[in-house]
Amino acid sequence: MSAPASSLVARGLRKSFGPLEVVAGVNLEVESGECFGLLGPNGAGKTTTLKLCLGLIEPDAGEMVLLGEPVPQRAREARRRVGVVPQFDNLDPDFTVAENLLVYGRYFGMRAHAIAARVPELLEFAGLAGRGDAKINTLSGGMKRRLTLARALVNDPQIVFMDEPTTGLDPQARHLIWERLRRLTQQGKTLVLTTHFMEEAERLCNRLAIMDHGRIITEGSPRALIAAHIEPQVVEVHGNGFEAWMEEARSLCPRVERAGDTVFCYTGEVEPILRNLSGKSDLTYLHRRASLEDVFLKLTGRDLRD
Amino acid sequence: MIKSRLLAPPGVSLRWTAVWRRNWLVWRRLAIPSILGNLADPLIMLFGLGYGLGAMIGNLQGASYFAFLAAGFVATSSMYAATFESLFSAYSRMQVQRTWEGIVNAPMTLDDVLTGEWAWAASKALAAGGCMLIVVAALGYADVLSAISALPVVLLLGLAFSGLGLSINALANGYDFFSYYMTLVLTPMMMLSGVFFPIEQMPGAVQAAAKALPLYHGVAIVRPLLAGESAPGLALHAGVLAAYAILGFYAAAVLTRRRLLK
Repeated sequence: MSAPASSLVARGLRKSFGPLEVVAGVNLEVESGECFGLLGPNGAGKTTTLKLCLGLIEPDAGEMVLLGEPVPQRAREARRRVGVVPQFDNLDPDFTVAENLLVYGRYFGMRAHAIAARVPELLEFAGLAGRGDAKINTLSGGMKRRLTLARALVNDPQIVFMDEPTTGLDPQARHLIWERLRRLTQQGKTLVLTTHFMEEAERLCNRLAIMDHGRIITEGSPRALIAAHIEPQVVEVHGNGFEAWMEEARSLCPRVERAGDTVFCYTGEVEPILRNLSGKSDLTYLHRRASLEDVFLKLTGRDLRD
Repeated sequence: MIKSRLLAPPGVSLRWTAVWRRNWLVWRRLAIPSILGNLADPLIMLFGLGYGLGAMIGNLQGASYFAFLAAGFVATSSMYAATFESLFSAYSRMQVQRTWEGIVNAPMTLDDVLTGEWAWAASKALAAGGCMLIVVAALGYADVLSAISALPVVLLLGLAFSGLGLSINALANGYDFFSYYMTLVLTPMMMLSGVFFPIEQMPGAVQAAAKALPLYHGVAIVRPLLAGESAPGLALHAGVLAAYAILGFYAAAVLTRRRLLK
């Protein structure tokens, strides 16, 4: 059986919880072998979209095809070839590391010896070689997350869904997860991840979609999004005189934004701004290239989402 | 959720055995303390009341009070084992540990999970009632064949109370919620079901109400069986228990889907 070009297609996806439309007409297409990121602030509808695609909740409207199977009608058959890393760890605290893999493999109808044959490889992947007999509550947050990722691979899936795979991890643990995810894409697996770490999306994803209020606002490669939506250079300015300087900045820079006591200048031509700033002792500034985070904040706003 | 899917009968597949085996793997290690814990409470009650009160009461319905009470406690221990498992333990796996969420990410459905939990809680009820039967037979209050013949009833009671328990679980917003069910439903049921005393001495209306309760029908079969007699009205009693089991499980499926799949 040849793999279809698209691992996941969703058209016109809608889902309401009570009066609130959490997913309001989402179209998605994930090609086989790519790493696709779904970005958005809290409450944008990312997790609900993933759950709909996996057939775990029923859509109010829309059509989905996952690995060639219509969802939710044949979601169970599709999930045989899918791995899932949920947002919150749900490793079984009553079991050891290896037993967690064994018990999870059984949910796929795998035989004990087939699972046991995969365990050493999965433990190596999780960076837990030799720790098969360890209890879950003796593992660090990073180890638990890697084990959850290894557990999602027990059935050797074609596509892996990950809901915020590195939330709550320290930088070391996060980098190790990123390294493992790159290994998976090298093996040809398709990855779909949600995140609100722009750095993560920028490093890992071939393509991403930014979601807010249940809709996809834009999609493309990280570079293309930056090029399309934002000026290439940013100067961040703060200090006592920033309010007065902000008026000056407007004449030097096409787009000036204020957040708290910081001024953000987005521009293609950074020299005039830097010259202007060089003599001002009451201001400190940082000059950097525009990033995906700037795109994200421009499109979804700077207001808090709680 | 589409109404027809919400109300559909639970889908049957053998996938549920993976859920049963997961719970078995956890329990296997804690089996001995768990069995002792399950047995201690009814045994203390049985010995205390059976010998203490029994000395004052003497014989009841042609048998010793201890034998009378023992039959009631076989049924009751099944009820409580199924209830604890389908309330507190199932709630931990559903809500606190998110075990069910992990399972349905695999090619498992919520119906598979519920069937596994239902069968598991009933298995624990069978184990608890079975242990009581061993004690009762060892003390000479029932012969071995009679005790074995009561096992299917113990299992049926387990399925009935597991189905009810899983329904309550689907409505719960915390562990405290279960104490209402335990104290307002199960404790009165124990008093009205002929566990401690025959219900024939109670007013007609109370007797009629008692006959709607699953525990009453369990006791009504177990007691004559343990005395080595045939149980009068066996088909009716077993039918009521089976109806509770099936309807309870169906209600659990609908309520849990409403809670988790909406």
